[in-house]
Amino acid sequence: MGAGRAAASCAIARRAPRERRSALPAAEEPPPRPCPPGAGPAAAAMPSSALWAVDLFGRVYTLSTAGQYWELCRDTQLEFKRVSAATQCCWGIACDNQVYVYVCASDVPIRRQEEAYENQRWNPVGGFCEKLLPSDRWPWSDVSGLQHRPLDGVALPSPHWEWESDWYVDENFGGEPTEKGGWTYAMDFPATYTRDKKWNSCVRRRRWIRYRRYKSRDTWAKIPSKDDPKELPDPFNDLSVGGWEITDEPVGHLSMWAVSLQGKVWYREEVSHPNPEGSSWSLVDTPGEVVQISCGPHDLLWVTLWEGQALVREGINRNNPKGSSWSIVEPPTSENGIMHVSVGVGVVWAITKDRKVWFRRGVNSHNPCGTSWIEMVGEMLMVNVGLNDQVWGIGCDDRALYFRQGVTPSELSGKTWKVIVASRECDRSHSGSSSSLLSAGCFFGDEVRGSGESCAPSDTDASSDAERPGPDQPIPAESLDSPGNPKSSSASGPDTGKITEHSPEGPGPAGQTLGPEPHSGPASAPAELPWTNIDLKEPKKAASHSAAGFPETTSLSELGLLPLGLEEPYGADDHPLWAWVSGGACTVEAHTVLRWFTVQSGLSPSVQTLSLSITPAQTAAWRKQIFQQLTERTKRELESFRHYEQAVEQSVWVKTGTLQWWCDWKPHKWVDVRVALEQFTGHDGARDSILFIYYVVHEEKKYLHIFLNEVTALVPVLNEAKHAFALYTPERTRQRWPVRLAAATEQDMSDWLALLNLSCCESQRVHGRPSPQAIWSITCKGDVFVSEPSPDLEAPEHLLPCDQMFWRQVGGHLRVVEASGRGVVWGIGYDGTAWVYTGGYGGGHLQGLASSSSNIYPQSDVKCVHIYENQRWNPVTGYTSRGLPTDRYMWSDATGLQECTKAGTKPPSLQWTWVSDWSVDFSVPGGTDQEGWQYASDFPSAYHGYKTMRDFVRRRCWTRKCKLVTSGPWLEVAPILLRDVSIIPESPGANGSGHSIALWAASDKGDVLCRLGVSELNPAGSSWLHIGTDQPFASVCIGGCYQVWAVARDGSAFSRGSVSPSQPAGDCWHHIPSPPKQRLKQVSVGQTSVYAVDENGNLWYRQGVTPSYPQGSSWEHVSNNVLHVSVGPLDQVWVIANKVQGSRSLSRGTVCHRTGVQPLEPKGQGWDYGIGGGWDYISIRANATRAPRNTSQQMAAEQAPPSGPLQVASAPQEAMGPVCC
Amino acid sequence: MTDDKDVLRDVWFGRIPTCFTLYQDEITEREAEPYYLLLPRVSYLTLVTDKVKKHFQKVMRQEDISEIWFEYEGTPLKWHYPIGLLFDLLASSSALPWNITVHFKGFPEKDLLHCPSKDAIEAHFMSCVKEADALKHKSQIINEMQKKDHKQLWMGLHNDRFDQFWAINRKLMEYPAEENGFRYIPFRIYQTTTERPFIQKLFRPVSTDGQLHTLGDLLKEVCPSAVAPEDGEKKNQVMIHGIEPMLETPLQWLSEHLSYPDNFLHISVIPQPAD
Repeated sequence: MGAGRAAASCAIARRAPRERRSALPAAEEPPPRPCPPGAGPAAAAMPSSALWAVDLFGRVYTLSTAGQYWELCRDTQLEFKRVSAATQCCWGIACDNQVYVYVCASDVPIRRQEEAYENQRWNPVGGFCEKLLPSDRWPWSDVSGLQHRPLDGVALPSPHWEWESDWYVDENFGGEPTEKGGWTYAMDFPATYTRDKKWNSCVRRRRWIRYRRYKSRDTWAKIPSKDDPKELPDPFNDLSVGGWEITDEPVGHLSMWAVSLQGKVWYREEVSHPNPEGSSWSLVDTPGEVVQISCGPHDLLWVTLWEGQALVREGINRNNPKGSSWSIVEPPTSENGIMHVSVGVGVVWAITKDRKVWFRRGVNSHNPCGTSWIEMVGEMLMVNVGLNDQVWGIGCDDRALYFRQGVTPSELSGKTWKVIVASRECDRSHSGSSSSLLSAGCFFGDEVRGSGESCAPSDTDASSDAERPGPDQPIPAESLDSPGNPKSSSASGPDTGKITEHSPEGPGPAGQTLGPEPHSGPASAPAELPWTNIDLKEPKKAASHSAAGFPETTSLSELGLLPLGLEEPYGADDHPLWAWVSGGACTVEAHTVLRWFTVQSGLSPSVQTLSLSITPAQTAAWRKQIFQQLTERTKRELESFRHYEQAVEQSVWVKTGTLQWWCDWKPHKWVDVRVALEQFTGHDGARDSILFIYYVVHEEKKYLHIFLNEVTALVPVLNEAKHAFALYTPERTRQRWPVRLAAATEQDMSDWLALLNLSCCESQRVHGRPSPQAIWSITCKGDVFVSEPSPDLEAPEHLLPCDQMFWRQVGGHLRVVEASGRGVVWGIGYDGTAWVYTGGYGGGHLQGLASSSSNIYPQSDVKCVHIYENQRWNPVTGYTSRGLPTDRYMWSDATGLQECTKAGTKPPSLQWTWVSDWSVDFSVPGGTDQEGWQYASDFPSAYHGYKTMRDFVRRRCWTRKCKLVTSGPWLEVAPILLRDVSIIPESPGANGSGHSIALWAASDKGDVLCRLGVSELNPAGSSWLHIGTDQPFASVCIGGCYQVWAVARDGSAFSRGSVSPSQPAGDCWHHIPSPPKQRLKQVSVGQTSVYAVDENGNLWYRQGVTPSYPQGSSWEHVSNNVLHVSVGPLDQVWVIANKVQGSRSLSRGTVCHRTGVQPLEPKGQGWDYGIGGGWDYISIRANATRAPRNTSQQMAAEQAPPSGPLQVASAPQEAMGPVCC
Repeated sequence: MTDDKDVLRDVWFGRIPTCFTLYQDEITEREAEPYYLLLPRVSYLTLVTDKVKKHFQKVMRQEDISEIWFEYEGTPLKWHYPIGLLFDLLASSSALPWNITVHFKGFPEKDLLHCPSKDAIEAHFMSCVKEADALKHKSQIINEMQKKDHKQLWMGLHNDRFDQFWAINRKLMEYPAEENGFRYIPFRIYQTTTERPFIQKLFRPVSTDGQLHTLGDLLKEVCPSAVAPEDGEKKNQVMIHGIEPMLETPLQWLSEHLSYPDNFLHISVIPQPAD
């Protein structure tokens, strides 16, 4: 299958119009979240999640974890009774007793593929035609052929969907392009179809596809109640969404439960991320009349009964998210029944009828009922358990919102209730607008600052000290707002005090024209219904008060809001009265700093959180002046006096300590050693250091020493037992045999590493942030390293051996890092979180001087640890955990060689902590049965997901999540999780600073995305542009001249046509078949070269790529043993090699550089081996540093060439001689 | 991009070229040559003048030597003030090198503390560090440190080892993330025009409404005479480490970056030179 020019070129420019259509709406979509003025930059820069709450008037507010103001939900047409939030959506019951879902907007559309098959049979007269035999299937059918499915009969499921494009023929058949209109042929229906037409092909079919898109985002979409007309007469009373951790199939599964007024429990079928509305309601029988329900993220589901008991659902699991049976839990005391429950992953909180708060002890998956009740302090109307088992509650007397502080995995009941006093948006009209000014002048200017009103009585100093501007005090923000809104100023007149006189006659002109929601007292009429256990007297009174007397409490601060349509029923002095809260979308973690508990005025704290590129403080004049004056001072006081003697002689400074050292020879173990680091100043003033390691062999004292100017990398090797690090020199890199040292404590190791790092950087004379051309790499531990490229690295001859490159660590934890030549660097964590580099250095264990003082932020990452449960079949008892004596451990790692029990397996290092329990992993390659087992004839073998007669062993994979919290120069780019990212390399010499930087990514769900607005000053960019694809993608790369290549999950490649600065999304995909019998997994595009790596570790070069024919003609094999490739702007090729044999040892995961790459020989000749032993990722794509011709030769002459070729284990050493073509 | 860390380096490596001459009335066996030295601004006179002492003792008889002390233009120099402070306060407007007169007789008991040994300097230095941390962190950090950490602070200063000193000192410069700075800023304001040795008061880095206090705020509060009125002519220079930071500079930042090794901001308020 040469898959030559013809096949590739059939790749269809005709898709252009559809693509254009699909790309455009995405580009025009509004920014994701409503960002009121002032919160904008903070909300954009900080990863944030939100707490949802409903006040007594039925208004839904959200409070961001990064923010300090309640934001009114934009859709204010409806009043709500209940909300239940999940990360990307929120379900609610409105006052019309209908269920609504609010799907948060995102740059990635929710799109679903509809398909239909066109079937034809050959007949001798007309050839293939629609006339089928009477016994045949429908001419238009589903995939099985059993359902009639004409194209115009496929309807949208609800008004919340829209078609993305018209129907078109799918021409991709199992990763191969088909010819002639996408037809596949067979002898008869149903049969195996092939792409090729044979003499006996009597029937053919082709697949038509069409996409529909969910359009009702950032708005409350009514769940159609047309289904089950008989069954669903009664309105809903309560609802709860959860279950997202039960299964990852289908993507983003949610369990949506609701309770009707008649006390029945309903489950909404098929709710998931791609199907946000679900499909239908089904009734779940209960032994009593239910009033309230709560569903946790995992398998907990509790309901309360009228009689005051709780029901606990048992048997909820992956295969049965609805569960199987109920158990009854009695209330804590018989006189006061349970009124309300809320559940998390491993906790249950309840409120009894006397408003007391209870915590249920001993709840977990195995025992969903728990063991006993504990009474907690406080009286609450309701409580809600959110993410991480964090708890919120609404106070009984004050209806204020409380957050349970101190809830940790080890102390699930937390410590104290802390009242949330965040202001609503009304207060930001003055204090908020001043905080949106980010100039240094504002920071220190003398503008009048309005303080935020306290929304709740609070005992914190901040609020009691805050001055409250009286209503008749002129507020400068008002004057800022009015000019931009002539309507408001014309309506209210320049005298802002008059507003109070305008409005009493009902909604004033301003309210009528500007307020989108006419506030109506009668709207609270449905409150008569017994739909809530909240006493409604108070709200009704308040509501009528607000309707009639709204203006009385109007303060000037609202004026700024009226033009925005966010009318405010309260006086600013009232604190909001809450009716309901949901924390299901609110991530609060140990390191999260919440600003909800003090009324903030001024802007000092927010300034710190939104500094991505340049903080106001950094640009401040005072800072510049200090730098400048210090330079002048040095000049003045030192310049002409350098010949003076120093008062303090620079002595040799020695730091000594005890470490453990891995003895390189027998007995090959850790031995205690004394170490000393001697620092001295050379004649040229440069500092250098020597590390001495004193050890004892055979009672003889010996030492070894390392010049730190020869050290090329210091790598932390954290494992569960030791705080160790490895020290590499070029020699040691060649041997694949670093010096390994271990410290007694983590602190000790950090101190040594920081000191050694600093000394190395000093001798290498590198400090500060990495240059824009730096080479970035990542180890298998997620540690990030960076190297400054020497011009000789890509010299045409006498190039610098890459084992001499100096790598220094930068804080953070990543799986992928990609750089461009303009200083924009992006990373992706193990959990898929996207991160953008902030320009700092250090963080993590690199503290003190090894770290920059700004631009370091907390970072966390989550990964899974896998262990295997192994069983053998025996004729008597079936599968048991009793193996043969020769068998592997019954609980083991993937290889079976290491014993790994559930109890004995620890997180990868002390930096990691468990954040979940063990659960069966169903997503292993090869598939599993219902219980997660995979079968094989014997260990070790190929496993399959079903049992056959010949299978005697089985295994299943257990997984447990662990989490690491560190810090580094990275800021999260929320919210879309990524799998791959690529930034356009700067062409050498090109002056590309004009337009924004092209950045492409593949999301974890397989969507292809293009980031808009990325520049040096805004490296995070502004929004994603979604690029339509017909299947999920795995890897994407943008090379020089805007060539975009991508690899789909089926292993075939695609190139994107016509991408340019003016058309950032390009127009269509060209399908490029993968190399024969190989599935590609990654592609990298340099200036002109295109390289790809397949799943078997082969590196392929795309032959015949020319400007006029950018798809090229064929794949040529370059090498095996390759895990990852990075092709740079000079078309230089760097890879991570799987195994490299050194003189002392073998290392896995090694940075290698392709030698002999020249314009006429883009495939190069051989490999040069660099740092290795656990390297996973490299990005060379920022380095366009070419050696100046003469100097490079001069310098290269001083560099010794590498000391001889090293062998890649089992790698073919092809084309070592000089070859010309 | 310049990082704030570079400021620490510049501050640490500040040097004052100094010319030491022996007081004319001291009895010598032969003529004493002046001695030239680069003094570290952040250190103490008696800590870095061993060479000076040796140099002049060579030309003197043993019986004429008692405790060494220094004087500039008639003012005895307090060894327990950092060198940079002494220079800024007394000599910043004069030409370099700084001419210091060396005395071995007539110790001015009422002006100077005795400095019998380096232990006295260490004791003074450490007590300043502890006082500063008491202001900044209620002494929590300094008390949590081990003896060897204290020693490392002192030895870092003693040996002029920036890394050694800052490896420990950085811990003293940290503050909880939820706060916006230290509890109080350790500072001392010196004026040549008053009898009072210095001004030291409790002053928070952040105002009650969350605003960062600036150098100007501090001066207005504790030393209003130092700041010129809005329209008035600038009469004084406010100097730290030989530079005049803008009054808009946040005090917390100054405390973290321009403090002397004893963790105090030593601020000199000196009359504006005539030119």
